[in-house]
Amino acid sequence: MRQRLVVIGNGMAGARTVEEILARGGDFAITMFGDEPYGNYNRIMLSNVLAGVEDESGIFLNDLSWYADNGITLHTGTRIERIDRFARMVYATDGTATPYDKLIIATGSRAFVPPIPGLHRPGRGYHQGVFAFRTLDDTRAMIRYAKEHERAVVIGGGLLGLEAARGLQNHLPHVTLIHAAGHLMNAQLNEVAGETLRATIERKLGIEVVVSAQTTEILGKHAVTGVRLADGRVIGCDVVVVAAGIRANAEMAAASGLVVERGIVVDDQMRAQDEDDIYAVGECAQHRGETYGLVAPLWDQAKVLADHLTGVNPFAEYHGSQVATKLKVAGVDVASMGLKEPERDDDESLTFTEPGKGVYKNVIIRDGRLVGATMVGDVKKVAFLMQAFDRGLALPEERAELMFDLGGPAGEVKVEDMPDDEQVCNCNGVSKGAICSTVQSGCKTVSGVMDKTRAGKGCGTCKPIVQRIVEWAAGGEVEEDPAASYYVPGIPMPKPELMNAIRLHDLRSVSSVFATLGGEEDAKSKMGLASLLKMMWGGDYVDERDARFINDRVHANIQRDGTFSVVPQMKGGVTTPAQLRRIAEVAEKHEVPMVKLTGGQRIDLLGIPKEKLPEVWADLDMPSGYAYGKSFRTVKTCVGSDFCRFGVGDSTALGIALEERYQGIEGPGKMKLAVTGCPRNCAEAYVKDLGVVAIDGGKWEIYVGGAAGAHIRKGDLLTTVDSADEVMVLTGRFLQYYRENANWLERTYAFVPRIGIDRVREIVVDDKDGIAAGLDAAMEASVAAYRDPWKDRDQPATPGQFRTSLPLTVLPQVPVRA
Amino acid sequence: MRAIGTVDEIPPGEGRTFAVDGQMIAVFRLRDGSLRATQAVCPHKGGPLADGQIDRKQVLCPLHLNAWDLTTGCSLSGQPDLAVYPVHADDNKIILGDA
Ligand SMILES: Cc1cc2nc3c(=O)[nH]c(=O)nc-3n(C[C@H](O)[C@H](O)[C@H](O)COP(=O)(O)OP(=O)(O)OC[C@H]3O[C@@H](n4cnc5c(N)ncnc54)[C@H](O)[C@@H]3O)c2cc1C
Ligand code: SF4
Ligand code: SF4
Ligand code: FES
Repeated sequence: MRQRLVVIGNGMAGARTVEEILARGGDFAITMFGDEPYGNYNRIMLSNVLAGVEDESGIFLNDLSWYADNGITLHTGTRIERIDRFARMVYATDGTATPYDKLIIATGSRAFVPPIPGLHRPGRGYHQGVFAFRTLDDTRAMIRYAKEHERAVVIGGGLLGLEAARGLQNHLPHVTLIHAAGHLMNAQLNEVAGETLRATIERKLGIEVVVSAQTTEILGKHAVTGVRLADGRVIGCDVVVVAAGIRANAEMAAASGLVVERGIVVDDQMRAQDEDDIYAVGECAQHRGETYGLVAPLWDQAKVLADHLTGVNPFAEYHGSQVATKLKVAGVDVASMGLKEPERDDDESLTFTEPGKGVYKNVIIRDGRLVGATMVGDVKKVAFLMQAFDRGLALPEERAELMFDLGGPAGEVKVEDMPDDEQVCNCNGVSKGAICSTVQSGCKTVSGVMDKTRAGKGCGTCKPIVQRIVEWAAGGEVEEDPAASYYVPGIPMPKPELMNAIRLHDLRSVSSVFATLGGEEDAKSKMGLASLLKMMWGGDYVDERDARFINDRVHANIQRDGTFSVVPQMKGGVTTPAQLRRIAEVAEKHEVPMVKLTGGQRIDLLGIPKEKLPEVWADLDMPSGYAYGKSFRTVKTCVGSDFCRFGVGDSTALGIALEERYQGIEGPGKMKLAVTGCPRNCAEAYVKDLGVVAIDGGKWEIYVGGAAGAHIRKGDLLTTVDSADEVMVLTGRFLQYYRENANWLERTYAFVPRIGIDRVREIVVDDKDGIAAGLDAAMEASVAAYRDPWKDRDQPATPGQFRTSLPLTVLPQVPVRA
Repeated sequence: MRAIGTVDEIPPGEGRTFAVDGQMIAVFRLRDGSLRATQAVCPHKGGPLADGQIDRKQVLCPLHLNAWDLTTGCSLSGQPDLAVYPVHADDNKIILGDA
């Protein structure tokens, strides 16, 4: 019978150990218990989730299907309360008992909460407004609460406290950090380095830092209102986050009779003291007197334990980890290793400070070897220093080279000079050798290597070096990741190939594409395929409504509460009193909760329930403004030469003409245009997908590939033409070229640099490839096939097209503004 | 077991919401003809799941494109799971409850 392996704790160490065991072909019947209700996620990334730079869904390392696929029985939300070492059973709080042959304890740690009066409510856990920062649930709760409040105090100025403080700034305006020690990150940094960090954080981020401050009381009756410090000061706040350190989750092990000090005591094979079949890994383990609070050591432990348990190397031993850290703390680069301060009289210590820039560097040398280094604000040399520290390399005669790049372009270690066992990814413990052997085994894409080895999948700072190693190891044979070039994820073909196949097989509907080319229907690919087929076949496209995104099914933009926004066409941003009156009447009649001007010079009616859309359109009786699709959106214009004293071209007329012609044309992404009457650029034409600028002498400049959304880019000058007619033609030709060649959701700001503006010009302006006439004809066909979707209103396209999908609650939920 | 509506109220490949005893249930008609039923409101931020896009396995919420397995209700993107309900078609009737 297969041996039964039970793992308590489904966090980073537990799941990683199981992965390592599977990778070694370990043959166990595996059962895992985790008291969080999820699969394993990257706890490090909670900082990013709090800071709003990472979506929750992006942090999962093993989703539930991973457990199923590997035959692992996972009990989420299940806490183990006792181990019976003699009967070899674990008991969960839900009353179940599970037998084991081998047991791994990976219960991690929890936030240490100092005994400050007022932190807890008797019988109710934390006081209202008090949070720890350890789990996804903590993070969610903190975000939810912080959003509705104003001032936060973070207790603790270590790594976690700093990350919490930075993240909270994303949700509320005032953050104060209170730290008991004399300087920040006192476990890793000396006083001057900590002080440099403090100055940067206060100045750049606007977080107020109070050091040498003991918190003595949390104030507030029903909810937190402030904290009191030992010197009597009171800092008002409505959120308190406790990040005062961590404690190993070892009570359950201790109560079950295992030897526990600060963690579960283990030997060099991660075996619990005096036990034959019980092991511990991760933050809950204490090895040679050390407990660790960072992930890198856990990976080493997981490997040793897997080697040992699977018999790949029964004598594998863990000897502890050198903790050299390179972190981005609250947006500031910090690295530290070894000593923080010289210890002996003859230790050499070199320090460089540039307080204005928030830079501090210090290295400590003993007998010609590096024994400590600290860098704040500039960590360019850290790769070299880590190497020197780990291996005791001889140091350069010119000591300053340890801190600066003197001459030469270097700045980064040369890939070929790195030893094979050097750790590249410090989050996931991946060495240069591991990356190289993955490449040698045939995986020659950067993303493929990252998936296989997990290098670069932690905090992400090592991605550039991973890329360089892959390139170097592949000897110039790096392959593009094929999936990265697919037009949509569900059909394994780049766009040109896909278009050929569609033509070859005469595929006119999305379902026929799946049936013929893809195998399985894929929800994530439907919208992209619908757009492509519509572009290719125009009126002959077989429209399956389920392939459309909801916005395109009902021709309006879905809002956060499930209502829709309705934007009538307003060509070039020009309107009339009659149109305004009509809009006003409709807004009144339907009690539209919010009427708002959009960035594209139109009027937006927000908060319209789905079932009311046809009626609203009928009452408006105006064409759709397409504010919802991956399509041609608007042409923003300035008043131009008719009224403006600077104007040198009639930007308004040209803008209206462009919008009239290209309205509603679908594409791989949105197309936002602008025409401006002189280079003063009042209509922001330099930052549009296509922008037209009138210049003196009756000429027009055409810019393409600009953007001013989440991504900002000035467009590239495509060409300068002499007439508005030429602008019309080249606009259509460029847009068609983009429609045919861009990947799904690839905006022009990515597309134009990918192709290169010179190449775009060759094709669109100079017609080097002889396809201009074809592009023009294809665009003409699309223009001719245009039909205002709001005419759909009388005859619903499908049963219940406008039937409400919500609400449970009474609509509208958006605030009504007077 | 009870009939809550007719199959032809739902176009193939789409979903519609039905009110059942004051509860809202999203019923999806897969392109292979079979039906699936889940809670109507997205557990993430309350999006209308029946307005989402589906294939034979999953539904994507229209608001932030999180994905759930239509049959088990399990989240495929790290969200809480969905409640799912047994549902089948009897002729043109949508029958909620075990067969
Ligand atoms: C916000 C944040 C940011 C961080 N940033 C970094 C960083 O930048 N770099 C770095 O190196 N490290 C960082 N860390 C530390 C890193 O996340 C931890 O070192 C790592 O997660 C420890 O892994 P583990 O498996 O030992 O513990 P965990 O990941 O905590 O996993 C333990 C799991 O066991 C469960 N459990 C506990 N007791 C029981 C029980 N009795 N029964 C069932 N289940 C149980 C817990 O709920 C938990 O899910 C950060 C931590 C946090 C919280
Ligand atoms: S861009 Fe030039 S023409 Fe247009 S409004 Fe501004 S100044 Fe006048
Ligand atoms: S910037 Fe755009 S996406 Fe963000 S909240 Fe405003 S309207 Fe919504
Ligand atoms: S509301 Fe459904 S994914 Fe966000």
